[in-house]
Formats: sequence, C-alpha cells, structure tokens
Amino acid sequence: MTTSIETLSPAPAPVAVRSGRGWRRVAPVLGTVPFFGYVAVFLLIPTAIVVIGAFRSPGGGFTLSNITALGDSTVIDAFVSSVILSAVTAVIGAVFGGLLSYVLVTGRPGSMSRRVVTAACSVLAQFGGVMLAFAFTATLLTNGMVNDALQDWFGIATTGAYLYTVPGLILVYSYFQIPLMVIVFLPAVDGIRSQWREAAETLGGSTWVYWRRVAGPLLAPAFFGSMLLLFANSFSAYATAKALISQSNPIVPMQIAGAITNEVNVGHADLAKSLALGMVIIVAIVMWLYAKLQKSTSKWLG
Amino acid sequence: MTPSAPAAPSLSRTPATPPGSSLSESHPRPQQMRRGMRRKQATTRRIVIGVIMAFFLIPLTSMLYFSVRYPLSGKWTGHSWSDLIHIQALAAEDPADYGQLWDGLKNSAVLVVLTVVLMLVLLIPTMTWIRLRVRWLSRTLEFVCLLPLTIPAIVLVVGLGPVYRIVSSVLSTNSIWLCFIYVILVLPFAYRALDAGLGAIDLPTLSEAARSLGAGWLRILWRIVLPNIRSAVVSACFISVALVLGEFTIAQLLARNNLQTGIYLVSQSDGQLAVTMSLAALLLAFVLLMVLSLLSGDRKSQEGS
Repeated sequence: MTTSIETLSPAPAPVAVRSGRGWRRVAPVLGTVPFFGYVAVFLLIPTAIVVIGAFRSPGGGFTLSNITALGDSTVIDAFVSSVILSAVTAVIGAVFGGLLSYVLVTGRPGSMSRRVVTAACSVLAQFGGVMLAFAFTATLLTNGMVNDALQDWFGIATTGAYLYTVPGLILVYSYFQIPLMVIVFLPAVDGIRSQWREAAETLGGSTWVYWRRVAGPLLAPAFFGSMLLLFANSFSAYATAKALISQSNPIVPMQIAGAITNEVNVGHADLAKSLALGMVIIVAIVMWLYAKLQKSTSKWLG
Repeated sequence: MTPSAPAAPSLSRTPATPPGSSLSESHPRPQQMRRGMRRKQATTRRIVIGVIMAFFLIPLTSMLYFSVRYPLSGKWTGHSWSDLIHIQALAAEDPADYGQLWDGLKNSAVLVVLTVVLMLVLLIPTMTWIRLRVRWLSRTLEFVCLLPLTIPAIVLVVGLGPVYRIVSSVLSTNSIWLCFIYVILVLPFAYRALDAGLGAIDLPTLSEAARSLGAGWLRILWRIVLPNIRSAVVSACFISVALVLGEFTIAQLLARNNLQTGIYLVSQSDGQLAVTMSLAALLLAFVLLMVLSLLSGDRKSQEGS
C-alpha cells in the first residue's frame, strides 16, 4: 500500500513558481550570482587563459606555433611516457582494486575489516602525493627496510635507483590507484544482488556462466569506467613524481611545471599553455567516456 | 478516484510467490553447492586481502623503521619523533632548515578551516536556492561543479598566475589565500556529497512549512537545511580536509608554502623528519576517517532500527 501512495503523489511543488514572467523569473537567478561569479574568477578565467594562451603569439596575435612546438621530440616522449604510465597503472589498479572490492563485498556488510579497508583507501587515494614518495624511498632506497632485508637475507644489493625512472613510478602510482579503484568501484559491486546468483543457479548455470552472462556484463561498464577515471587520475598526478625525480621531466605534468618555472627562456610560458591544453583535451575525452559508461552503470547497479 | 488501480498489481503479484518457494525446496543441490563455494570464497578472500594488505603495509612499516633508526650506525632512536613534537622550538632554533615546515604546518591548518567554511558558505545556499527556485539551472550547476575533474591542478595553475597576481595585490601574497583555489579543487567531491544529502530530504515541503511559520531564508538554511543534511556536510568537510592537507602542486608552483611543500623542503636537509612527518600525517588522517566511518555507521544503524 505504501508504494501506491508514493506513486500517486509526484512532487508538484516547485513548478508553480515558474508561472511568473519576466522579472519574476529572472530575480531568483540573482541568488546564484555569488557562486557563479566565484567559479568564473577561479575556474573559468584560468581555463580560458590556458586555452586562449595556447593560440596567442607573444605580440598578441593568433598563432599556431605553440601548438606545433608540441611536435618537439622531448614533448612527444613525455606524452608517450605519461600515457603508458597512466594506462599501465590504470590496468593494475583496476584489476587489484576490483578484486579487493569484490572480496570486501562478499564479506559481512558492516564488518570491521571492511570499514578499516575503506577508510585506509580514502586516505591513500586522496592523500598520497609527496608523502607517498617518501614511503617508497624509505622502503626501497639504500637503508630502506626492504632494501636492508634483501641485502641481509638474500645478499641482493641495490641502490633502488630504479625508483627514479618511469617503471619505478608504476610501482609507486599503484599505491594510490588501487585504493581509488576500491572507492569508485565498490558502489557498483555493492549493487549486485545475491538473488541474481541464486536465480542463475536455479536455472542450472555454473559459476562461470553466472560471471560470463550475468555479473560480467553488469559490472563491465562500471569496471571500464573506473579504469578511465584511474587513467585520468594518474595522468594528472604531479606531486609524487616531482618528489621522486629531480633530474629530468619525463612526464607531461613535470614538463608543464618545468616550462612555468623556466625563467631563462621566455617563450616557455606559452609552451606551458599548449602542453596544458593537450592535457585537458586528453583528460576531457577520457572523462567524457567515463560519464557515458557511468550512466549505463547506474541503470542496473545505481 | 481509481481505488482499483493501485490494488491490481498487488493482486497479480500474490500468485507468483508459492511456485518460487516450492522450487527452491525441490532443489537442495544448489544450496549444498553454495556452502562449498562459500568456504572456498572465504579462503580466496583471506588470500586476496592478505596479499594486497601486505603491499600497503610494507611501505608504511618501512616509514616507521626509517623514522626510528640512525641510517648509518643502525642504532634505534626516537629523536625524529621528539623533533616532530617540538617542531616549533626547532623552527625557532634553525629557521633555515625547519622554519618552512613549521610555517607550512600553520598555513595548512588555517587553509583547512578557510577552505571548508568558504566551500560550505558558497555551496549550501546556492544548491538549496537552485533546488527551490531555479530548478532549470541545476544541470548547469552540476556541470560546473564537476568541471574541475577534467581540469587537473597542474593545468589550472598555468592559468592561475594572472588571477593570483590580482589576489596578491588586493589581499597579500600570504599562503592562506590559496583557500580560493582549494575550494575549486574540492568542488566536485563536496558537490556530490551535499547533492546526495539534499536529495534525501523533502526540501520544498520543509521550506514551505518554515516559511509559513514566518522563517526567513537565513533561518531556513541555518535551522532547517543544515541540521537535516548534517552527515552529508560532515563527509563533504572530510574530503575537503584530506584534499587540502595533501595538496602540493598548486602551492609549489605558485611559490606558496603549505604542509606538503614544507615536508618536501625539509626532506632535502632532514630526510628522517620528512618521513616521520609523512607517517604521522597519514596515520592522523586514517584515524580521523575511521572515527567518521564509525560515527556515520552508528547513525545509519540507529535509523534502520
């Protein structure tokens, strides 16, 4: 009975306000001016400066030279390493994070272990940055715990210098990608109902068939969507790499930072803008795909 | 008007239940299968959690190991932890090496408060107002709030130079004014949390009731909206705190000073203290989140019963 009452009364309240024309319709908009003004100053203007600046010559006219400067081999190398780094860590993060989310969901719902893991994941996903770099230098460099252990127990002596390279970054980035995956993927796995599994079993389906025909197709959009989010996340990460690598700028965010802080070569400020534009375009495409996948997820698992 | 209409589906639903229950009784096999599977699942669960936890715990343990040991002699020591507690005195003694860290610590504390307050003051009235009076703007609001997800901090900082030049001349070059851009960074997360909170209450009815009793808009926000979305506000605040305490990119590139740039600088003269500080910050954030999770979990179970 309660459901029928709810369906009979769709919220009609706010529509009535709209009947007023002209001034009465515009006046309420004024209430949103402070917010949109603030966002314009601190989000839209900086973005516009980047986009317009990418096409502006030092004299003020239109130019494509900043964009063609992106064809420089060091820049292309940086984009390639950034994409590889982000793709590899997105896959690693998605696989292990997905596994961890599934395992968490099959446990008891309000259990302590689940709370501990989700809290730890929120901290590590949001809060890594510079501190993460130190966590790994304390682990793998000379005098690090694992480094010491390797030397004492197995006689393997390394300096841990591989941490300063792009493959080293893959290891470090996984440390915040896996937790992020748990945070974004857990709600989708939570949406899987045990009745669906029972239904599949009742109809004679094996575990494999259940995953292949029911759970797999349902979770796939959420899984790949989360993977895209992970890609965007590591593509834009700067702090960890900066704290680890000081001699070169192997990834795009570091190239941008290098171009901003380069005071010797004046033209580099414009290069920063075109690099930034290139980054925005890639991230925007990825996030657009993510939003599309997210929509098809919420249909079943929202 | 049509009392038979809502009754019809419930009538048609009743005969569907008996066959379902008799079906599961006549097939005991799946249940046995499930019991075996459960056991296997439990083992897999332990292995997966164990392996992944090891990956996460080893670097944290290494930080602890690094923080309590002299790297060259290998002797145990607690001096970096006592340095951390006495960071203020240390900064006064040796400002060249430790001044930045202490300064950054103070700035970050102020930044957390400013960012959270500014975020709430900007978002809650606007979101409430749009839900009540200008519904057609809600899609625009959502788009704008989620926009920072597609514009990484490192990109934003490129365009922020001119904006912060104006901020510096109007206000000052003080690091605490980073709060303006931090509000933008937390916008997507805070928006999502608050949107879920506002969506769960019947805002039009509540505000109509309050207004008919003579309450003004401020009173409605303060006495009606805020108490009703308290848990959403708490989670929006928490994510903002975590983000602000962890922010490095913008602070470093605008040549400002916060906790992270402080740790970064101190790592070049005293690596041990940098590691100790990082571990302390991570643990503190973890404890805070754990407390929040327990508090909100208790609330939920109370509401359920």
